[in-house]
This record gives sequence, structure tokens and C-alpha cells, in this order.
Amino acid sequence: MTFFKQFSILLLALLINSNAYSELVIRVTEGNDQPTIIALSPFELNGLKITEDIAAIVESDLRRSGLFKLIPQEDMLAFPSNPNDVYYRDWRLLGTEYLVVGSMSVLTDGRYEIEFSLLSINSQKIQFTHKVRSSSSKIRDLAHSVSDKIYQSITGIRGAFSTRLAYVSVIREGDDFTYRLQVADADGARESLMLESKQPIMSPSWSPDGKELAYVSFETGRPAIFRQNLATATRQQLTNFKGLNGAPSWSPDGKTLAIVLSKDGNPELYSLELDSGKLTRLTRHFAIDTEPAWMPDGKHILFTSDRGGTPQIYKLKLADRSVERITFQGNYNARASIAPDGRTMAMVHRSSNVFHIAALDLNTRRLIELTETTLDESPSVAPNGAMLMYATKYKDRGILAAVSVDAGVKYNLPAKLGDVREPAWSPFLR
Amino acid sequence: MKTRINLYASLLALSVLTGCSSSAIYDSEPTTTDIDNAGVKTAEVESADVEVVPVIAETATVFYFDFDKALLTDQSRADLLENAVILAGNSRSIRLEGHADERGTREYNMALGERRAASVKEFLVMQGVSGDRIEVISFGEERAAAYGSDDEAWRLNRRVELK
Repeated sequence: MTFFKQFSILLLALLINSNAYSELVIRVTEGNDQPTIIALSPFELNGLKITEDIAAIVESDLRRSGLFKLIPQEDMLAFPSNPNDVYYRDWRLLGTEYLVVGSMSVLTDGRYEIEFSLLSINSQKIQFTHKVRSSSSKIRDLAHSVSDKIYQSITGIRGAFSTRLAYVSVIREGDDFTYRLQVADADGARESLMLESKQPIMSPSWSPDGKELAYVSFETGRPAIFRQNLATATRQQLTNFKGLNGAPSWSPDGKTLAIVLSKDGNPELYSLELDSGKLTRLTRHFAIDTEPAWMPDGKHILFTSDRGGTPQIYKLKLADRSVERITFQGNYNARASIAPDGRTMAMVHRSSNVFHIAALDLNTRRLIELTETTLDESPSVAPNGAMLMYATKYKDRGILAAVSVDAGVKYNLPAKLGDVREPAWSPFLR
Repeated sequence: MKTRINLYASLLALSVLTGCSSSAIYDSEPTTTDIDNAGVKTAEVESADVEVVPVIAETATVFYFDFDKALLTDQSRADLLENAVILAGNSRSIRLEGHADERGTREYNMALGERRAASVKEFLVMQGVSGDRIEVISFGEERAAAYGSDDEAWRLNRRVELK
């Protein structure tokens, strides 16, 4: 089959950890009104020399969630590393609600381990004790794993600090463009390059196992859909049809991509079975149908269509191909991204002639505008449903920003160089 | 096209990402998480050389559109009639590149750019230009003609370029 050409690509042995490209820098702009007050006693390192500041990474994670206020280390009367050494009264005087203590050690196989405990100061109780282990080169993973555990214990929501972001960065010099498909940790650290091209790269979509990305690349002179493995850089061109080849969206079971093709005259949704290459047309309308997004149930696909005269979001039921209109408020609603609960739908929404990110509750039909900037696009909800990442413009440059689904928490991830756009938040990776 | 193509039908080798265990949170016994994240490798692409044919002299070859619209303006129709006359006198192939301004979503704008280019193609075909000579491609909002986020830049970017 022509659309199943296998591309063998020169594999770069180098893992490019570039500071030079677009490295993201986080600025928290808005937090929760009543944050939980938490103290992180620096972990006992037992003589280990490590380059990363674990406490700083965990504190930054918790602060970025907007739900926590951190007690500064200089206010702490002691730095206990063992729950038995904690004087609860001292911490209560500082207003602390939770305290994290822990220590790090090296295992016989050379890997590192952090054993840490979360203590409730008010009830004078150990909430949990947990160990995380990794190779010595994965200190940041250890730290994010600590953050995940703390966040989940206190909020009841699974932490998403160990997840990744995919995005597209673009640097323009005159008429010369350099497009890069990048992957970084959810905090913007450890940015890695997946693909670089002089022609546009668009629409990254994660496989549900977090090991691959599907995306659109114009490297053949026309748009085509590719898939690429993160760890091996192995990639495969999936489509090569006349016209649009766009908007790939990976099904929840990982077996199918919903895509957009215009080979039959105008943009329609298709499903592409990845094993067999079987292509099935899903929509049939002379209007634009695009931007498919799978519902978590795998049985419905949200998409954008202007069949009603303006771009609006519709829901396709795969069983009988029936289509139901979802959005009615405003004359431009597009690019749905659904939360894992299948209920909160983020989208681009035009109001008073500017483009915001809005969240629509599919049960109550209540719509909340989440952002105040004017050229917001490409919302992508985190796998725990708490935050979403989107692209906006700041001082004429494309940046990424995040907002909580209740609009209470906001932060920016501006790039040091160039424009960044089209964030795609990974699924949970373990 | 210079991109390397390997027709061996080998399947993708999926990397092994070690999973891990993680038990209940409120245990008094310590629980353990093993971390082994896969890294990220870079693929490489050589861009195709897109041949750019010199623009037809003295005749307007850029056609502008209203927001979220693909209707040809009177000016565009007049300009396209001139182009159709020139094209009737030669046999070269042309490429219509559709574009959108930065507002709205990227994939919708890809569709909109294509719809604009298609309406230009339709007009030329009505004037007797063979559809086989016309290639249509959309760049959506990826290739701006003017930079900045104001009405004038947006106007200049909602366009089809005949090449």
C-alpha cells in the first residue's frame, strides 16, 4: 500500500538535549486562593553527590499546580529526614499543614532510591511512606515521582508531573524557516529534538502508551501523516494522498488514527487502522470536517465542522456514523480536547472577536472562558484532567501557557528563542 | 524528493519501556516505584526541493479573501481572467497555494486554505484551463506573507498564490 511506505531514517545516536533551541521557562502567573501549606525538608543525601536539586524540582512542581504554598527553607527550625525526628509543634507554629521528609541512598545495583514520607501536621500522622528508584541519570524522574505521590495523597487526583509535552517550535530567519518537533518534561526541562525540517510540521498527537507521536510533515513538499517512535526515532509515513493529510488523533486503544483527508474533494474524517492500513471514511458532507478528537470511550469522535455555517464542534457516533452538534454559544468553536472524564471539553472559542480557550461541561452545557489573551489555540488537557496546555501569543511571539480547568491557576512556558506552538500533553507514562 | 525511502516492509520495533509497580498510598509499609523512562532520539529529514516556477509577469498572482471565507472578490475575478488568457497561450502546470490568517485553529485553517485554492482552481477551470495542469496545496496559517497581529497583516495573509 502506498501509504505504508516504510521510511528508514538516519538515526542520530545523539540525544540532543538542546539549550539552544527553545528551552521553556516557567512563570506562574496565578494560583489558588487558599493553597495547602506544605513544607519540604531537604532530603538527607547520605553523602551522595547529585547535580540536580531534588527539593527545588519538587517545590517547583507543587507550586506550578497552583494548589500549594511552600514554607521557605530559611524559616524551618530543623531539617528532619526521618518521621521519628519531627517535632510537630514547631511545624504547626509555621502554619504547616503537611511536611515531607526523606532520604536518598544508593542501592547495591548502583541505582538511586529516595524513601520519603508525607506527614499530616494537624493529625500528627504519617500519611504514607514511599520509595522511588531509578538509575543515577534519572534524578529528575525521581523528583517528579515524589511530586506525583504527594499531590495524589493530598488532592486525591493523580499527579501528572512525570508526564511530557510535545510541541512544535519555529525559528524564522527572513524567508527561511526551521520547524522542530520537540518533546520535553511537563515542566519544560530536558527538551529533546524529535524532528527538524525546513517545511512545516504540525499537529502532534500522542499514542496512548506515550511511546510514539503521530504528526503532519510537509517534508515531501505536501502534507503527509507520519508516526515516530520517541526512543528509537524509527518513523513511518502513513499517508500520501492528494490534498489534505492532517489532524491525526490516536484512538484510546492505540490501534487506529482518526485523520483528515480531502482526496475525495473536501475535508472528511477517516479512520486508519494502523496494523492493516484499512482506511474508512467516517463523515460525508460538503462542509469542512476536521480536527478529530477521540472521546475516552473510543466510541465517539469530536470534530470541527462548518456544516452549520460557522465552525462548531460536533460529535460522531462510530456505531452508526450519526452526528450531533455540541456547541451553540458563539460563532467559532473549534479544536476540541476532551478531559479523561469525558465530560470537560476544552476548545478554541471566539468571543467579542478574540480567540480564547474555553471549557464546556458536556453534562450541564455550562461554558467557562479560561483565558484572557487574544490568539489562544491548540488546547491539550493533561492526563489527570486538572490543567490544560495551550498556545498563545505574547509580545508577538508564540508561547505555551497552562491553565487549570476551573481557570483558577495559570502559568506560562515561554521559549527563550523562536515561536512555540501546538502543545500536546502526553498520557501517563507509567 | 530526496527523503530516503526504504521499502523493506519491516515492522516498527517498539522500544521496551519498563513498567513499574505502585501500591496503595496510605499503607504504613513503604511502597516502591521503579523508574526507567525511555529517552528521545532525533529523526532526520531532508527537505524536498519544491520547484518554484517564475511568476507570470505583470499579472496579479495573489488573490485575497475575507475572514473564514473562500469567495472570490471582483478584483480577484478580473485578475484571474487575465491569468486564464495567459495560461491558454502556454501549457505549463501551475500550483495554487492557499493560506489563512493566524486567527482560528491550525487544522481548520488548513482546510480553509485548501477551500480558497479550490475556488480559484474552479474559476480557472471554468475559463477553460485544464484541471490537470493545476495542483492545489494548502499551507493553512503556516506561511504568513505579512507578520504582526493586526488587520492589515491578516488581510495580506488570507490569500491564494498562483505559482
